[in-house]
Amino acid sequence: MGSSKDQLLVRLKELQIDFSQYEHPVVLTVEAQAKYVGNKGGALSKNLFLKDKKHRYYIVSALADTKVDLKVLSQRLGLGKGGLRMAPEQALGEILQVPLGCVTPFALVNESARHVSLLLDQGIKTQERCFFHPLSNDISISLDAHGLDKFLKSTGRDPSYVDLEANPPVGKDQPPDLAAFIPSGSTVLPDLPDEAPASQDSTGNHVSAGTKSAAVIAVKPSGNVQNVKEKPVNGARPSIPSANAGKFVEELLDKTSTLLLSEISEDSIKQHGGQLGTEVVNNIQKCLREDLKNLATIFKNTAYTEGFYAGIHYQPKRL
Amino acid sequence: MEKKEDQQLQQEEEQVVNPWEVSAKDGGKIDYDKLIDKFGCQRLDQSFVDRVQRLTSRPPHVFLRRGVFFAHRDLNEILDAYERGDKFYLYTGRGPSSEALHLGHLIPFMFTKYLQDAFKVPLVIQLTDDEKCMWKNLSVEESQRLARENAKDIIACGFDISKTFIFSDFDYVGGAFYKNMVKVAKCVTYNKVVGIFGFTGEDHIGKVSFPPVQAVPSFPSSFPHLFSSKDDLRCLIPCAIDQDPYFRMTRDVAPRIGYHKPALIESLFFPALQGETGKMSASDPNSAIYVTDSAKDIKFKVNKHAFTGGQESIEKHRQYGANLEVDIPIKYLNFFLEDDAELEHIKKEYGAGRMLTGEVKKRLIEVLTELVERHRRARAAVTDEMVDAFMAVRPLPNMFD
Repeated sequence: MGSSKDQLLVRLKELQIDFSQYEHPVVLTVEAQAKYVGNKGGALSKNLFLKDKKHRYYIVSALADTKVDLKVLSQRLGLGKGGLRMAPEQALGEILQVPLGCVTPFALVNESARHVSLLLDQGIKTQERCFFHPLSNDISISLDAHGLDKFLKSTGRDPSYVDLEANPPVGKDQPPDLAAFIPSGSTVLPDLPDEAPASQDSTGNHVSAGTKSAAVIAVKPSGNVQNVKEKPVNGARPSIPSANAGKFVEELLDKTSTLLLSEISEDSIKQHGGQLGTEVVNNIQKCLREDLKNLATIFKNTAYTEGFYAGIHYQPKRL
Repeated sequence: MEKKEDQQLQQEEEQVVNPWEVSAKDGGKIDYDKLIDKFGCQRLDQSFVDRVQRLTSRPPHVFLRRGVFFAHRDLNEILDAYERGDKFYLYTGRGPSSEALHLGHLIPFMFTKYLQDAFKVPLVIQLTDDEKCMWKNLSVEESQRLARENAKDIIACGFDISKTFIFSDFDYVGGAFYKNMVKVAKCVTYNKVVGIFGFTGEDHIGKVSFPPVQAVPSFPSSFPHLFSSKDDLRCLIPCAIDQDPYFRMTRDVAPRIGYHKPALIESLFFPALQGETGKMSASDPNSAIYVTDSAKDIKFKVNKHAFTGGQESIEKHRQYGANLEVDIPIKYLNFFLEDDAELEHIKKEYGAGRMLTGEVKKRLIEVLTELVERHRRARAAVTDEMVDAFMAVRPLPNMFD
């Protein structure tokens, strides 16, 4: 069961976070909320609950005036142009455990929202206080960014603010600047009727963004790196090496072909004639054996790691 | 490393080789024969190399062929047991004192990977983050972080994850491992450990009680999740010869607590670019080739900083030939050039003065660049998840396959 608004308010007090609260009739929109608390000395916030094509969820919490363009955000996250949509109503209840019209960063106190990513408008920091719903839309509380941060840290999150109105170019040489906000970890919730179980294709393994350093090295133009050829499909996240059998075979064939071509020349044909085949095979085996074994070991280790990760995140069957 | 004052004079006259200091006599070369004598280990001769080739049905590793791994303890017992069908496991490690690894650091790991493949045996790798925290005065967090970073470079050497367990002391010490540590510690008096490692009254008790930590991975019962039914399993430790004191102590203790003595196979020291007498130091990036060096860096370092045995002028060189004894490019090629015939040819021509230093350096640059490139590619494929998997306390059901 999710936290109730009372539990949340108690927790805020325990954390010694300074806030003011105002009760009012249920409101479903920012305009309605403005009627009751618009003049109470705090900026209003708008909160969006979003979902991407890989069933990952995001809360975007911004000042009511900040322009939020979902197409731009989608690109900045590395999800391509149309990667972000409003999340379905059921997700509100299942994941955030709040009613309609009540999206709020405070919903992240719930365990079910563990993997929801939070994008905070840096405009919030410019305001003395900002209004949010504390898990129920018949109350609004106002607090400053410092207080919000304290709360978020208590849930184990590291709050970071973003210029939501910025529109930096995203391309081959300019990686998506918000890529770090892509959530890691399993997000498959079998109960939601319109969700097919996230079919994890081999590039879709939810490996955490902590592999950024490895990925950055991988993207540098250096020789035959297995994953340099992997353009971010869906622009999902920095390419992470995955045990992709097709690519592995391509690399093996590449190496063998290169060696083969270098072995077969006018001179070598003259020198060996009919025996050229045997000669070339011997050379290939001698030169390539160790190289190919190393590639195979990397492939094996990567596949094992994927299995290991799946194993430790395995959700036991509900009885 | 502090030494007792009254032993100071004596030490200066001899070479010093222990886990924390390696220096030759009078700034000269390390005398390996004297070292073998003093330590009491055996020379690894050609008959061993041939036997390894017979038992593994594959050409022996370049380090064996060139005498890089040149000394051992009880290797013959390991091979005898192996021939009878009794397997063994490998144990090696690294003290993660810095993020940057150079080629010298990779040598024991390259050799250990060969041993794992050739003999088809499992391997445990110890990252002594606690040791570096104590000796280098790093914070606990920093030494743990370095341990994980170094683990990535180690994994990049190509170890098989289904046969390899990597652990850091801060993570793993406890349980069965700690029980063995206490058993070992009970058998080594304070005086003994001072005698072996040279601790003084000023050294803190962390240092004094560290040696058992490096000793007990030699005993299979330290890893119940791996070797629970194989208490009799032997252990082979590939390492550089400066680690010998730890294992002399371990071998002394082992029979007293009912365990096999671990066997050792030991390597020479990897010379600094500036020559045998120079010291490879983390503060001088030009003293070594790092795995993060670019092709340009390697070219620059070898051309500008490698100490050569070539003569001062071309004429003199053609007349007298190069001094192969001190020539660093030749020494490095000895380590890393696979082709025996090519190396012999280069040595012959260079020694006779027919080949110039520039040519030898050029070949070395090619070899090193290829090596570092291959390592970098492999390193790029190592993720944090892979490190987690290598370091997870998990069974390895296929470790002897």
